[in-house]
Amino acid sequence: MASKPLFDGDIVIAGGGLAGMTLALALEQAGLTVAVVDALEMSDQLAPEFDGRASALAYTSWRMFEALGVAEHLSEHAQRIEHILVCDGRPYGGTRPGGPGPHSLHFDREEISPGPDGKPLGWMAENRHSRQALVKALKAKPGITIIAPARADHYEHRTGGIDLVLDDGRRLCGKLLVACDGKFSRVRKQAKIRTAGWRYGQKGLVATVRHTEPHNGTAYEYFLPSGPFAILPLPDNRASLVWTEPDRVADALKDASDPVFQEELEARFGDFLGEVKPECPRFTYPLSLSFSERFLDDRIAFVGDAARGIHPLAGQGFNLGIRDAAALAEVCGEAKRVGLDIGAPTTLQRYADWRRFDSATLALGTDVFNRLFSNDIEPLRQIRGLGLSLVDKIPPARRFFMRQAGGETGDPPRLLKGERLDAA
Amino acid sequence: MATASAPETLTRPSIDPLEVEKFSRTAAEWWDPESKFKPLHKFNPVRLGYIREVICEHFNRSGDTPLEGLRILDIGCGGGLVCEPMARLGASVTGVDAAEANVKTASVHAEEQGLDIDYRHGVAEQLLENDEPKFDVVLNLEVMEHVANPHTFLVDCAQLVKPGGLMICATINRTSKAFALAIVGAEWVMGWLPRGTHRFGKLVKPGEIRAALREGGMSLRSPVGVGYNPLTDQFSLNEDVSVNYMVVADKA
Repeated sequence: MASKPLFDGDIVIAGGGLAGMTLALALEQAGLTVAVVDALEMSDQLAPEFDGRASALAYTSWRMFEALGVAEHLSEHAQRIEHILVCDGRPYGGTRPGGPGPHSLHFDREEISPGPDGKPLGWMAENRHSRQALVKALKAKPGITIIAPARADHYEHRTGGIDLVLDDGRRLCGKLLVACDGKFSRVRKQAKIRTAGWRYGQKGLVATVRHTEPHNGTAYEYFLPSGPFAILPLPDNRASLVWTEPDRVADALKDASDPVFQEELEARFGDFLGEVKPECPRFTYPLSLSFSERFLDDRIAFVGDAARGIHPLAGQGFNLGIRDAAALAEVCGEAKRVGLDIGAPTTLQRYADWRRFDSATLALGTDVFNRLFSNDIEPLRQIRGLGLSLVDKIPPARRFFMRQAGGETGDPPRLLKGERLDAA
Repeated sequence: MATASAPETLTRPSIDPLEVEKFSRTAAEWWDPESKFKPLHKFNPVRLGYIREVICEHFNRSGDTPLEGLRILDIGCGGGLVCEPMARLGASVTGVDAAEANVKTASVHAEEQGLDIDYRHGVAEQLLENDEPKFDVVLNLEVMEHVANPHTFLVDCAQLVKPGGLMICATINRTSKAFALAIVGAEWVMGWLPRGTHRFGKLVKPGEIRAALREGGMSLRSPVGVGYNPLTDQFSLNEDVSVNYMVVADKA
């Protein structure tokens, strides 16, 4: 080796996005030495033009953020979700989608956690705030090595370990490489792991709006014929819109003049939250579903979008990455504690087994939902209307969906139960 | 598992460079989670967790390499599934196995992992004959149910432990439940182990270990059970010592 490596320890994380940073914090707490490499500078400054999206944080994800010291930096920017209203909307059928339609499904957190201090159904936070909070938490951990901005070029196996090589030739040595490098993972490409999936031919137009009436912590999910339209509550009378349209419509909306956009917006949004005013900028994201053929390779684990990208309609993408991080950190921490090789197939297989079921359920669940609702075929409309009303009438079914979305089913990793990994 | 016949004398394995590739392939199989050693890998973390906890508590250790400076012997070390973790936790480890292929496989794999482990081809009794320095901890895992005379074997093993040291044993109890689960279940139904791996008459009761180790100057603590939950496909420690169990003995 030409020069001294930048890092020589347990785990190298390629990609310091939301999932990568969460994982770094979880691994550090589990007693592992970690380095994170990211192409962007790790600044705790807000950059609104960087990422316009907002994400739902399930109850379990929030608990994990508390255990990792992230929540304390995020709470003032996070909105509790108290209600979720799912409606089969028909914007051009004579009624404006504003008030709940005849077929709707109402989740109220009072039902599973009553009282003013009851736990919410989840939180909403803008990704840029989550990023800022994660960077603050990371910088409070001097034990975590941050290499940014830096570009990872490729990885190389060596006896008993794996190296990540940067484009300037410098390298980081670990026993395990974790790919958190997103949907178009470079690591996955080098490992020649295929993905199964499809594009939806839809784009998500994301914009933040300010409205005059309070939303009372309600998340609205309208299934319109062109695709789902979600109004997700943010602090101080703002909401994040996730507005799904076929590619061409979405592009046209993104580039539309302010008055045109305003008109289109009001046609869908209605006036139930008073006057609505968009807060620039608008973003579009192509929607697709992709699923890796496997979650691991020799000394490599895949986490978050690098493992699979799902339809964002239920706001679960980031939650999956967080749950991956919780499981991987627990598995690696346990392996290191008893002296096992953290990059060994026996260790990684435990991670993959733990995560596969949850991922597949959500990826396919959101896909089926989107296909079922993104059309205006009369019989399907009747059926899905009936389905929504039916679930709405059956309290145990409602509670099941709430817990599922909260990530509380199955055998969750300890961090998702709010337990710290460094407490024996 | 100590099934092959022991050599005349205890030897460190010398591996012909031409053989390295072959043993490297065997090692890969030992360490493959989907191989025939799959149950061993599922079982290993629980067993290692217990061993770590017992040693750390006894010698008052903690940290990333809590076993630093301790001499540990693993009897019937196989491919090194326990030796390597002990070495990673800082111990200086000796592994003995009566099967030469196992010792060679383990040596090649340790080398690949960058671990320094003293592997010997032979049986534990030969360490005694050689007058080797005694050990802080002797691991006696899944071996005694395969030896010709468990009683004398255990008495001999006790002589390898330093005063103030420990022996940690793992084996299968001789009960009707063990016959149903460990022999009928694991060998015949699940096919986890080759049929005939365990013979009922060779299984060992805790009281038999206690008697033999007392003769060797050691006192036995209470055993803990190792149970398998088929729903979660996980092993865990419990109170039920009627099938697989682990037990610690102290040398005065």
